[in-house]
Amino acid sequence: MVGHGASGMLGEDGIHVDMNHLKSGEVNMAINFKDGVILGADSRTTTGAYIANRVTDKLTQVHDTIWCCRSGSAADTQAVADIVSYHLNMYSITNNEAPSTQVAASLFQELCYENKDMLSAGIIIAGYDPRHGGQVYSIPLGGSLHKQPYSIGGSGSTYIYGYCDANWKENMTEEEGINFVRGALREAIKWDGSSGGVIRLVVLTAKGAQRHLYLPDTDYTGPGFTN
Amino acid sequence: MTGFDFSNYNRNAALHAKGVPLPKATSTGTTIVGCIFDNGVVIAADTRATSGPIVADKNCEKLHYISPKIWCAGAGTAADTEFTTALISSNVELHSLSTGRDPRVITCMTMLKQHLFRYQGHIGAYLVVAGVDPTGTGLYTVHAHGSTDKLPYVTMGSGSLAAMSVFESTWKANLNREEAVELCAEAIKAGIFNDLGSGSNVDVCVIEKDKPTQLLRNYIKPNERGEKERNYRFPRGTTAYLNQKVISKEDMRKYVTVEEVSGDPNLMEVDS
Repeated sequence: MVGHGASGMLGEDGIHVDMNHLKSGEVNMAINFKDGVILGADSRTTTGAYIANRVTDKLTQVHDTIWCCRSGSAADTQAVADIVSYHLNMYSITNNEAPSTQVAASLFQELCYENKDMLSAGIIIAGYDPRHGGQVYSIPLGGSLHKQPYSIGGSGSTYIYGYCDANWKENMTEEEGINFVRGALREAIKWDGSSGGVIRLVVLTAKGAQRHLYLPDTDYTGPGFTN
Repeated sequence: MTGFDFSNYNRNAALHAKGVPLPKATSTGTTIVGCIFDNGVVIAADTRATSGPIVADKNCEKLHYISPKIWCAGAGTAADTEFTTALISSNVELHSLSTGRDPRVITCMTMLKQHLFRYQGHIGAYLVVAGVDPTGTGLYTVHAHGSTDKLPYVTMGSGSLAAMSVFESTWKANLNREEAVELCAEAIKAGIFNDLGSGSNVDVCVIEKDKPTQLLRNYIKPNERGEKERNYRFPRGTTAYLNQKVISKEDMRKYVTVEEVSGDPNLMEVDS
């Protein structure tokens, strides 16, 4: 088969596993800070050795101030995020109230746990709600749910466990938080071959969501926040 | 009897164990591209269809109609791209009729990704979805497993690397219609000439705001079969001979004997 090959076929020499599956989310993280949460991710999506998208947006909105970092199979995580997005939309209409971050995290967990044998998805959920403030949850491969002060994920995350542990502080300011996330992602991109491109950040506070973009051209120092 | 019948699976497994190869699907080892410009979007494709190493069709159409202002370019398994786009086209029209609105590119993309995700990559359709709708211009790629990307310029298929190198070296922001068509055609040509799975002609589709969609079939034909300058036909008298003997029709009788056959002459029994 020419082009992008077929998947899981009974080929001439046994069962073939599709290596052309699009993988995304090679480094991503979310942290708590004084006024809310910050999510960050690189922008590389790969098909084997080819970069299918160098400016991917792995920070996905599932409600006004509930976002997630997707890593693993692009198809799986997009499908899961779309389903959760639909349920949270329905929730806010029927209850006339925005869902809490925990509700969103539970929905993600339900899907990831019940379909664990069919999915390869590692998801970090971060959100701000007026009742609980900022919260960070992580759902690794098996479908367990962990509430954490900060969370890192993806293949590139192994390179920054030391960085994060050494530099993490409770109750950082927004500027400190941004510098922490940006610094960590910069290291992950530097050392991990399957991470790269631009750094995208989302800051979630009582004021809403604010996006940041940092380009490799300026060694990830600018242009700063957008919108 | 109820339930699924797995006898065909067992037969295939047994056949495979004996070393019988699986049948090959006709695949569009392809170059397809798309690019947004100031007033719309353009998509383009090559026209080669392959079945293993054989060129199955030298001038096939890989640009598929979804709705008047949404078109799709397909790579992967030819039958799958053909049937999924036809199915989604049908559902998009029904959806537009029931809502009373013009179809949107994102609706079409979502329907495609949900359909393909359900089949877990077994439907080998790799698509570039492009169009203009009331919300603006849309350009997406949809992979067979159901993942999607949104970009200002995209390439797919086996020639995607060759085509992407053209985009990455010459693309600029705010292109106009002519520049976008030229860039896409150039990217497809890179696929045609540098990728074995792609070849023949360039098809282009231009979708513009407030203008009818233009399908430019065989926009460029860089591989026309020229008139052969020489051939293998030998002129009369090329072969030399030592002597000549002319036999007239009357003289033929000498060489022929006529025999009467017994039995029914209508029964043409050759050997008995």
